[in-house]
Amino acid sequence: MDKFKLVLQYFQSNSESISNGICILLSLISVKLYTSFDFNCPCIPQYNKMYALGVMFVPPVILFFLGILVNRHTGVLMEEYIRPLGRRTKNPAVVKFLFSAVMQRSLLAPMVWILMTLLDGKCFICAFSMNVNPKHFTGMPNSTGLDLIKILAKVPCKEDVIFKNSSFRKAVSRYVRCYSQAIGWFILLILISLGTLARILKPCFNYGTFLQTRYWSNYLDVEQKLFDETCVLHARDFSRKCVMQFFESMREDAALRLPLSYAFRPGQIHSEGAEEEDDRLHGITRIDQVDHLLESWYECKPELDVTKMAYKPKVCITWEDHNGKVLFSEV
Amino acid sequence: MDKFRMMSQLLQSNQESFMNGISGIMALASAQLYTSFEFNCPCMPEYNYSYGISMLIIPPIWFFMLGFVLNNNVSMLAEEWKRPKGQRRKDPSVLRYMCVSISQRSLIAPAVWISVTLMDGKSFVCAYSMDLDMTEFGKNASGLSDIELVQTLAKIPCKSIFDSPHVVSREAAFRYIRCISQACGWVFLMIITTIAFLVRAIRPCFTQASFLKTKYWSHYLDIERKMFDETCTEHAKSFAQVCIKQYFEGVSGEIPSFSTQTRADDTVDGEEKPPTEEDKLYGVRRQDSMNIVLLDWHACKPPLSLKKFAEATGPNGVAHKKFDLSDKNHLNGLKGGYVNPGLDVAQNELDSCLCGLGLQHSDCDMSEEDIYRLPLNVCLLKWLEIRSVCPMCNKPIVRLQHPDAPRAAEGVQDPEEV
Repeated sequence: MDKFKLVLQYFQSNSESISNGICILLSLISVKLYTSFDFNCPCIPQYNKMYALGVMFVPPVILFFLGILVNRHTGVLMEEYIRPLGRRTKNPAVVKFLFSAVMQRSLLAPMVWILMTLLDGKCFICAFSMNVNPKHFTGMPNSTGLDLIKILAKVPCKEDVIFKNSSFRKAVSRYVRCYSQAIGWFILLILISLGTLARILKPCFNYGTFLQTRYWSNYLDVEQKLFDETCVLHARDFSRKCVMQFFESMREDAALRLPLSYAFRPGQIHSEGAEEEDDRLHGITRIDQVDHLLESWYECKPELDVTKMAYKPKVCITWEDHNGKVLFSEV
Repeated sequence: MDKFRMMSQLLQSNQESFMNGISGIMALASAQLYTSFEFNCPCMPEYNYSYGISMLIIPPIWFFMLGFVLNNNVSMLAEEWKRPKGQRRKDPSVLRYMCVSISQRSLIAPAVWISVTLMDGKSFVCAYSMDLDMTEFGKNASGLSDIELVQTLAKIPCKSIFDSPHVVSREAAFRYIRCISQACGWVFLMIITTIAFLVRAIRPCFTQASFLKTKYWSHYLDIERKMFDETCTEHAKSFAQVCIKQYFEGVSGEIPSFSTQTRADDTVDGEEKPPTEEDKLYGVRRQDSMNIVLLDWHACKPPLSLKKFAEATGPNGVAHKKFDLSDKNHLNGLKGGYVNPGLDVAQNELDSCLCGLGLQHSDCDMSEEDIYRLPLNVCLLKWLEIRSVCPMCNKPIVRLQHPDAPRAAEGVQDPEEV
């Protein structure tokens, strides 16, 4: 259980690795989807091409949209792009970096689907079996009285009766599949070499600014996550105090209450320090304060300067001893 | 801080990913249900269409309603919609947000069922086999009357009872209709994904500021309901314990000892004692007051505005004033020295620790808040026992005395000054 928690923590700690994990999961889903999909070529001249090209290109579009939807960085990107200026300047390089990261990750699952269809070959056979020149192949069934086109259109369908005891069908499908696999491998080679080139050449161009934009995009992501967490904790404390306040307001007479029971305030019953709870509310205790806070978080983002908070002077108690020297207390 | 982060992550993840998990499980259940369901087309002209279409439409409706049933937030939405206004106004955008989020999650399983059905194609074949275009697939249709033709076509989905391969090629027709069904399935998936994309990725362009607000308040409502239930459960437990204790004591005839008085001295060292059961009752001690609590929670929801501890209202709704020592009435009954906590003082004055008394010191501008937020987090009384100077400006503090007793300390300008 601990190991599982560690792994989960590791994945959640780095937002980039979460996105990578989701992207890989989506590719695996696309593989599974392809293998469980029952390809069903209509074997009719007018519809073959439409069906096959539809199966080859419509699911990638769907997977692309899905990839953009489940990526967390999409929300960060949109918010950073459209927010008002506030007190924080906007850095267009960060927006571009986030956009390219989202696009790269979303394009993986569609490419996996397209490559699978090409390497498997069924789509190609269905679409292009009619464009084959039948003179190269022997054994074509002439006795059925059908046109050439219709015969060729039936090649993807194995169980059709006209192809019994004929090697024609197998030869044609093998030929078309060979083309399909060649194209598939070629596309794969191009993609991998593009990726390798990009990786190798990236440090040559503006590596310093690249580091900066990567830092700030990660910062934006973490900041949004922390803001949501703080809101959640705040809502929890707010609701607890609201409920207790409601109970207290229904308090009947309290003449029986012994005076020192004031020490056991409801907030302390849960064995947390009252000061801790007050801290977590950060002084936001009314509905209009919460609304104002949430609105100005978007309308007027705070500046990136935490000097005040990091070096806040602490309150301490001072007194003088008998020599007149001022003593400080460590609180 | 890390512990809180994990806890908050768990909290948030509990609420939302719990619902996400439920909708994912339902989607898998719907796919599994489809594969294990034996599709059984009747292959008769009158019933084919209704069977095929109802297999496509009725289970999604059932899954959609099941999603609503399994979602806890539905009852919360209904309660928030129907409650009287009380002291808290209602926000329609919060209701809309909750409704939309519940519907989104419930729509996943029906969409999975519809797309799996369309990809598989059997229900389409069953419903539309009779509309097949005979010119395309028919080999020799002239010898059959219309009724017989329709009956033959209706048997296309059933492999085992199809008996006229000379009229129409069953596999070709099956394949054709199935291809149309799969195309419809992909188009359906495409439409759904595009709508979801538009809603989630383009929405921030329009409503981001108010979206943060509605998300926060809907989450708040959920947590508040849970907190209220927890508090009621704890209250019921304490109520029961005190009730039983009183009963036993009543039966045994003993007078319950005021042992809390002696315990007051034990707390000088600043340790927090665990609260008694009576304290956990928050002063609600009778059946009718508890009933009022539960009724009012719905009928008159409290406002979303927390009061500071020093301003807690008394039972009569009278706001607690700052403990102004110039008001001599408050000093009646106080003995010499500091206020003795063992005395029977009226509730209004001692509603909070003396830290919240708002001691007025003319020379330093310590406000009531500052006094309460003393960094030592101990009562001012205890500090004064250690050292009798004002903690902020080191001026000596005179001891609190009965108004008739002679003044003892020096350096005090004002009888009100403490």
